Amino acid sequence: MEVMDKLTILADAAKYDAACTSSGVVRGGKPGAIGTATNSGCCHTFSADGRCVSLLKVLYTNYCCYDCAYCVNRRSNDVPRTAFTPRELAELTIQFYRRNYIEGLFLSSAVLKSPDYTTERMIEVLRLLRTEYHFNGYIHAKAIPGADPGLTYALGLLADRLSVNIELPSESSLQLLAPDKTKTAIFKPMAQIRDGAAQSKAELKLYRHAPRFAPAGQSTQMIVGATPESDRHILTLTEGLYRKYRLKRVFYSAYMPVSNHKSLPAPAGFKPPLLREHRLYQADWLLRFYGFTAQEILDEDHPNFDAALDPKSDWALRHPEFFPVEVNRADYEAILRVPGIGMRGAQRIITARRCGPLSFEGLKRLGIVMKRAQYFITCSGRMLPGLRFSSDSVYRRLTGLEQVALGEEGWRQLSLFDGNVG
Amino acid sequence: MNVYRYDGTFAGFLTCVWDALESRAEPTAFLLPADSPTLWEERAMEADRARARRLYTALARRVSPAFQVLIARGFLTCLPEKELALFTLIRRGFQEGDRVRLDLSDPVMARVNLALTKMWTEWDHLKGFIRFSDLDGVLVGEIEPKNRVLPLLASHFAARYPCERLVLYDRTHREAFVSDRGQWKLLPAEDFRMGPAGTQERAFRAMWRKYYKTIAIEGRLNPKCQSTHLPKRYRHVMTEFLTDEQLEQELPEQSAQARPLEGAPSSLKQLDGDVGR
Repeated sequence: MEVMDKLTILADAAKYDAACTSSGVVRGGKPGAIGTATNSGCCHTFSADGRCVSLLKVLYTNYCCYDCAYCVNRRSNDVPRTAFTPRELAELTIQFYRRNYIEGLFLSSAVLKSPDYTTERMIEVLRLLRTEYHFNGYIHAKAIPGADPGLTYALGLLADRLSVNIELPSESSLQLLAPDKTKTAIFKPMAQIRDGAAQSKAELKLYRHAPRFAPAGQSTQMIVGATPESDRHILTLTEGLYRKYRLKRVFYSAYMPVSNHKSLPAPAGFKPPLLREHRLYQADWLLRFYGFTAQEILDEDHPNFDAALDPKSDWALRHPEFFPVEVNRADYEAILRVPGIGMRGAQRIITARRCGPLSFEGLKRLGIVMKRAQYFITCSGRMLPGLRFSSDSVYRRLTGLEQVALGEEGWRQLSLFDGNVG
Repeated sequence: MNVYRYDGTFAGFLTCVWDALESRAEPTAFLLPADSPTLWEERAMEADRARARRLYTALARRVSPAFQVLIARGFLTCLPEKELALFTLIRRGFQEGDRVRLDLSDPVMARVNLALTKMWTEWDHLKGFIRFSDLDGVLVGEIEPKNRVLPLLASHFAARYPCERLVLYDRTHREAFVSDRGQWKLLPAEDFRMGPAGTQERAFRAMWRKYYKTIAIEGRLNPKCQSTHLPKRYRHVMTEFLTDEQLEQELPEQSAQARPLEGAPSSLKQLDGDVGR
């Protein structure tokens, strides 16, 4: 089979993996090598579905010995099967990289023969790239649950980031849809990667040339909407993963019907819950960068997102006692909680107010967008002159803004949403 | 009241600033050789490298190193009348010190800051969106940026491909970045045309286009989201949106935003005509 055909089959099989980031590690150029890596990563293009393409995301093979219901590569599915040779894949990566098509390789694989055998083949690809082609760019590799810890360790020494997909948000869902995978098999390598990375970091402080194990940390992914978990359940799980397993990222993937399994939502007429996925990502950002806890974002009385409103505005409306925030006095953390003000805006406010009190005019010049923020802030004790509102009208105006932002397609998703549409 | 006409280089601009600060006359405009003549009396300034260098060092010493960088980067932006804005900042900087850099709500500073933010966004986009073609072992690419980001992109690509020979042409500002195994230079280049690609190059382009098409999930098509992240103005030089023929055809006429600079590198490193490493 031609490389072109293999690429088509194995990229098609890998496309449901949400992660495509190249962030978390900084490496300058090295004489005699090829490639660099930057902390914030780099997007090289955006596919027609609007997702970033940063890495060459392919499977090593789509021959699989498992039969997970939600997966296109399950062994009972009748699709063309193939596998790269390590040399083919390394050559392809280098040639794409030279032309600046990609930032590196994201190598995943179906389980060919056994987890150990699959991991060995993946190690061979990475070894070729790193030692023969002197590839200094980004590599994200998927750790195969159930593989020997020694092999996972070897994989992590060659890759920048490792990931293990937890696939589904609860163990019961896992039993139902992925009978070949168990919770322990997934969390064991996760813990191993966490401990390996921590140990490697500690050793690097003592010895400059200590081996680097997964320097860009690990990430994971779960499918949303195939099983009945609440948003709160998912968000709490995410928070736990960040805290307990020191993950860099948790990705959510709106369930796409790829099979007719009896336990799954029917493919006919089923729309992937894209808006729900969007809300989860928004909340995820609040956890990682805005100092929110999962309990604050969703509590017992609100187990699901208000689909019509972003989680930050939703929180703000439920906590009138916190507002208004005085931009000239409040600390960074408080300013960050204002809907419509992000990290960059908050930073600018902190910097600019050192030179004198800020007015609403001044805020606008800083690039702060007032549409949302105006209801929640004061400048030197005054609200925006002429602004009249009640808590009801703010809710209406904010959801109105959200409707415009989401566009027609996004708004229609609301009818599919299980939440309490306002 | 002074109307300056200078050569468009950073050194030339700093020479004008020196003159304006010394004569204590308010500059009203900075014109390039290509701009049409005005009714005002013009002062034609010859770039004085020694003065420019002294002023440039003074920016760091008397205001702050970060302020020096701000001015140098600000000069690369496509902000209309950037010279006047930067002059205002420099004069304030010498009077008030580094405070000027933090005064983000000041109208002039806000304008420069916004222009800088846009330039860094464009730089960040282009780091990813640039496509090279392997033509007889040389990697060749083209860009058409609004801001003069080529000097900023140069070090990125020189570090990324230390073993390759590279040519990256900026259509807007008509200059080329040329790198030979880590040694690089910026050169003015009036005309540039990408040659025809060989079989191997065409094969990789085809594979990339196929990969690009395959990776999109049909059930999630979202052209609006795609355009937000990848504005259409970048696409006319990107392999995945073009056929081989389109990639190799004659240059289209320069777009209206283009404002050619006469040669002229502009960071300090190139102030003396140094070659980057």
